Amino acid sequence: MIELEGIHRHFQVGDQLVRALDDVSLRIDGGEYVSIMGPSGSGKSTLLNVIGLLDRPTGGRYVLDGRETTSLDDDELAGVRAHKIGFIFQSFHLVPRLTAFENVELPMVLAGQLPAERRRRTEAVLGSLSLTDRAHHRPDQLSGGQRQRVAIARAMVMRPTVLLADEPTGNLDHASGAEVLDALELLNDGGITLLVVTHDDEVAARSSRHIRMRDGRVVEDVHGRGAG
Amino acid sequence: MRAPDLLRLAAASLFRAPLRSAMMLLAMAIGVAAVVVLTSLGEGARRYVTGEFRALGTDLLIVLPGRSETTGVQPGLFAGETPRDLTLDDARALLRIPDIERIAPLVVGSAPVSSAGRSREVPIIGTNSEFLAVRNLSMGQGAFLPSGDIDRDQAVCVIGSKVRSELFPERPAVGASVRIGDRRFRVIGVLGDSGRAVGLDLQELVIIPVGSAQQVFDTESLFRILVQARDEDAMPRVRTAVLAAIKDRHQGEEDVTVITQDAVLATFERIFTALTLTLAGIASISLAVAGILIMNVMLVAVSERRHEIGLLKALGATTAQILSVFIAEASVLSTIGGVTGLVVGGAAVEMFTRIYPTFPASTPTWAVIASLVTSVVVGVFFGVVPARRAARLDPVLALAGR
Repeated sequence: MIELEGIHRHFQVGDQLVRALDDVSLRIDGGEYVSIMGPSGSGKSTLLNVIGLLDRPTGGRYVLDGRETTSLDDDELAGVRAHKIGFIFQSFHLVPRLTAFENVELPMVLAGQLPAERRRRTEAVLGSLSLTDRAHHRPDQLSGGQRQRVAIARAMVMRPTVLLADEPTGNLDHASGAEVLDALELLNDGGITLLVVTHDDEVAARSSRHIRMRDGRVVEDVHGRGAG
Repeated sequence: MRAPDLLRLAAASLFRAPLRSAMMLLAMAIGVAAVVVLTSLGEGARRYVTGEFRALGTDLLIVLPGRSETTGVQPGLFAGETPRDLTLDDARALLRIPDIERIAPLVVGSAPVSSAGRSREVPIIGTNSEFLAVRNLSMGQGAFLPSGDIDRDQAVCVIGSKVRSELFPERPAVGASVRIGDRRFRVIGVLGDSGRAVGLDLQELVIIPVGSAQQVFDTESLFRILVQARDEDAMPRVRTAVLAAIKDRHQGEEDVTVITQDAVLATFERIFTALTLTLAGIASISLAVAGILIMNVMLVAVSERRHEIGLLKALGATTAQILSVFIAEASVLSTIGGVTGLVVGGAAVEMFTRIYPTFPASTPTWAVIASLVTSVVVGVFFGVVPARRAARLDPVLALAGR
């Protein structure tokens, strides 16, 4: 469960104060499927980064699964990221020299898990995303949709409770995009909390809760499939 | 993160930019190879010189005119007098000392040597028949100087093999006559190529009786006297006796210096060890340069891999993990470079000793260990700055590629 209370994220750019997030309060329950929309610079990516603990809010309280995060130090935040949060990026961010298998394995390598355990879980998650026959291809040998599914596998392999996707279909054609969304929604059906930042109304329409942002504020928060 | 995984990740990163990694590796390898080669040459020079001296025998005393003081003012200088010359009479006096096996007086100079229109300037040694045994020389043809009273002025000479081939390219040398300065000498022997004489090329040498040499160079004084003791145990006694005998003959003035091979050896050991260390120091500058290059290239790599660093952070990598990934890369690189350098340097030394088999070049063990350790330390040290930069990157900015 994600609880944001009066979250501010201010940047100093030159002599100007930019309020990327301006008093945002949100409560997202476990297993929700939330889309976040808004024009460029509305703060939706910053919101995602704050929820993903990549960015620290300059003010407010953020409680993740009952744990206050604003007082944690960098290494503790890294630990929470490793075990509770999965990221999906518009440009995939696969490590080019590593195979699909090795990319998926990476979070477990960082967590210091043993090779046998890593192999078992990597194979399982690749299988669940129909990527078994692509396991030993490098990213440049994969299609865009396959790359994003490898990225989803990597985000899932640590069994996080929250999946954060920033424009997951932004670099994909329609068919691949639909494939990726299907995969994400399947995970959501399994109980994971899914947050998708998007420009695309069609993508947003598939979610069950629609948040719209403008100038660092939440201006619309509607529950119900098909709204927005 | 487990150590094998860390190394695997580092190796994978290095393979991603093979040319760049190869350049860094090369820089490190050159640095280490330079240390190996230069210290080997220094060590070789040390061994060569000490070997030459040792070959002269440890039972040898060298008497030279003038008193050399390591501290204080020369007494002779103070009194305003020059040291007395060593003469043949001094040498003859030494013969009376017990425990002395042989004595070879030396007069050294240079004079034109000619025969049948061919002429060249050659170092001349005036000595006696004992010189052959004292210096472990061998004869190629003919005989050495005849034995007898040391001041016998006989017009005979022994020539080096190169002098022979230059003056007598077609005819037999033994029995022929040569002109040295303005006197004629009969060639009675040609030196073999074995045996040693520090600072003198045996092949390019003419040896004549000491009395003749004094005539040729118009001098009464000796360059030095070589004294061979009966055995090594007798050395201290002989030394004291030599000094006493000379002092007795020089109106109570101890105006000669007696040096032993051991003292000379120790001095050369010190000099050449210092030389080797100096060479190692110079060579290690290239190691530092290699380190700076590694740092530079790693800094470039950090800015090129911002996305990856941001990703690792998003995946839950701690600051320490990012640090260790980059330091591991630098150390893997410098270690491989160091080992390559050792191999290349070792091969170069090996090749050198094949080309110059008489030069005992040899890589000191301390140089191998030191250069390997230095290369790893340099890699880690210069890897720290880029690694810290990577670890400090803001993951949001890094992922956004801004």
